[in-house]
Amino acid sequence: MLFDQKNKTINNREDKKLHKVLLFEKIFQKSLGLTGIILIIILISIFITLTITSIPSIKHLGIKFLYGKAWNPVTDEYGALPFLIGTLLTSLLALIISSPFALSTAIFLGEYYPKGLVSNIFKNIIELLASIPSVVYGFWGIVILVPIVRNLETQLHVLPYGVGILTSSIILAIMIIPYSVSLSRQVISMVPPSLKEGAYSLGATRFEVIKKIIIPHTRSGLFASILLALGRALGETMAVTMLIGNSHYIPKNIFSPGNTMASVIANEFTEATGSVYLSVLIEMGLLLFVVTTLINISGRQIIKRYILH
Amino acid sequence: MENSILKVEHLNAFFGEAKILSDIILEIPENQIIALMGPSGCGKTTFLRSINRLHELTPGARTEGKIYLFEEDIYKMNLIVLRRKIGMVFQRPNPFPTMSIFENVISGYTLNGISLSKSQKEELVEDSLRKASLWKEVQDNLHKKGTFLSGGQQQRLCIARSLSMKPDIILFDEPTSSLDPISSNKIEELLLDLKKDYTIIIVTHNLQQAARTSDYTAFFYLGELIEFNKTQALFSNPAKRQTEDYISGRFG
Ligand SMILES: Nc1ncnc2c1ncn2[C@@H]1O[C@H](COP(=O)(O)OP(=O)(O)OP(=O)(O)O)[C@@H](O)[C@H]1O
Ligand SMILES: [Mg+2]
Repeated sequence: MLFDQKNKTINNREDKKLHKVLLFEKIFQKSLGLTGIILIIILISIFITLTITSIPSIKHLGIKFLYGKAWNPVTDEYGALPFLIGTLLTSLLALIISSPFALSTAIFLGEYYPKGLVSNIFKNIIELLASIPSVVYGFWGIVILVPIVRNLETQLHVLPYGVGILTSSIILAIMIIPYSVSLSRQVISMVPPSLKEGAYSLGATRFEVIKKIIIPHTRSGLFASILLALGRALGETMAVTMLIGNSHYIPKNIFSPGNTMASVIANEFTEATGSVYLSVLIEMGLLLFVVTTLINISGRQIIKRYILH
Repeated sequence: MENSILKVEHLNAFFGEAKILSDIILEIPENQIIALMGPSGCGKTTFLRSINRLHELTPGARTEGKIYLFEEDIYKMNLIVLRRKIGMVFQRPNPFPTMSIFENVISGYTLNGISLSKSQKEELVEDSLRKASLWKEVQDNLHKKGTFLSGGQQQRLCIARSLSMKPDIILFDEPTSSLDPISSNKIEELLLDLKKDYTIIIVTHNLQQAARTSDYTAFFYLGELIEFNKTQALFSNPAKRQTEDYISGRFG
């Protein structure tokens, strides 16, 4: 009897303790959930504010905003086509330049030197690249890259602006390399070792394992990492604004100066006086936001499917 | 004793500083099934992977000593040639998921950039799949992905993939440990079938399997080869205490 009672109090005490732990767990979980909800609210409210403030522009321009070529704030004429083209051109060019580098670096680090001094040096350099501020890339571009490109242009007998689509693409390429490298490294590291060993056991060399096992196996993952890098490149602003030459015309070739959506916004936001003008820039921001979000989501979706597969 | 196909002389194997195999001396007879037994971690896989030189793929891993395949030093042989002559089947079936059944069977050729004519390919695929007793089950689905097959079928596909290279020796590392009993039996029957054309070295934890299928058994313990003998003799009359303890189930 007495013994039972004693037992009960012990049980009670333990129950209380357990209860406390569970309560804490609950609060912890709830607050984690709360921060998540706050983030979602922020995202949605950004989207809503952008949409509402774009309404004057949408009313004024309609769908013509997307295909109009003229950009004249004085007459309230705004066509975003030159900037859409500028954005796509610089981003795609940047991907074309950076992808081979990123892929070979990822393979080099993943397959040839997975550990050790060489790979550590490489990894650190790549991380360092990622931490350089955009504006510093811009400066470096102006000081080093612009003269080089100008020289090239002189030799090719095109107008030697120095600044322009190509220059911005090169800088963009350098800026997205760390991102692509880390994504493709992750994708490549997920190739099951048993497959590689199977290939080696059949006499394949390392090069053949890369070419015929790793690349085919990671194709969709690598595609997704390129897509995510594209998402980055589309929105990159500062360095591009400094190097693209800020022209309102559709670029004739890769040496022409131009503008991206992001660079137009950055350049003209402070001088956008008319209410329509401001609203147009915001609509452009909205467009950029939607496009990069879609690209990010589809990239992530492919990677997720790839991992599950 | 039969002709020996593989001679292992004073083989040591290391992972970094750790010595995994020490002073293995062994002669493997031709066209026989040789079972490798021993408690987990004793170095059976390492031994197997030293024979086709997969061991040295691991950073920091190395071997000392000599292995001869028909009198030829395997550490001086061209790797592609060596691995054509010594095939391997792994613990878990690992068909290449991006390739069809057909492509899997001839992957040893495509991987090495050896081109075959269409008829050569077809002949090789049918022949190898028949030898792996998989032909009947897959002949209508040759161009489907190999990963749709059952585990046992996948393992036989991997065997066919090895056979297509016309090897002298095939190494099996616990080939049935991830399979159900029926699939395991099929593989065992297949091994007995293959014996007339190939020398088979198989790692197994299953004593019955070793007793049923193998002609010779090697017992490893803590990185050493304790005993090597005809399977029947080794099971009925083990020469060493450790062997006796192991086969009577006193340690595992
Ligand atoms: N990649 C590695 N790096 C370092 N040590 C390793 C590595 N692989 C295996 N070892 C060690 O080498 C020893 C032998 O391993 P091995 O895989 O050859 O044993 P095994 O006899 O095949 O065992 P099991 O029956 O469990 O498959 C073990 O002690 C293991 O810890
Ligand atoms: Mg093993």
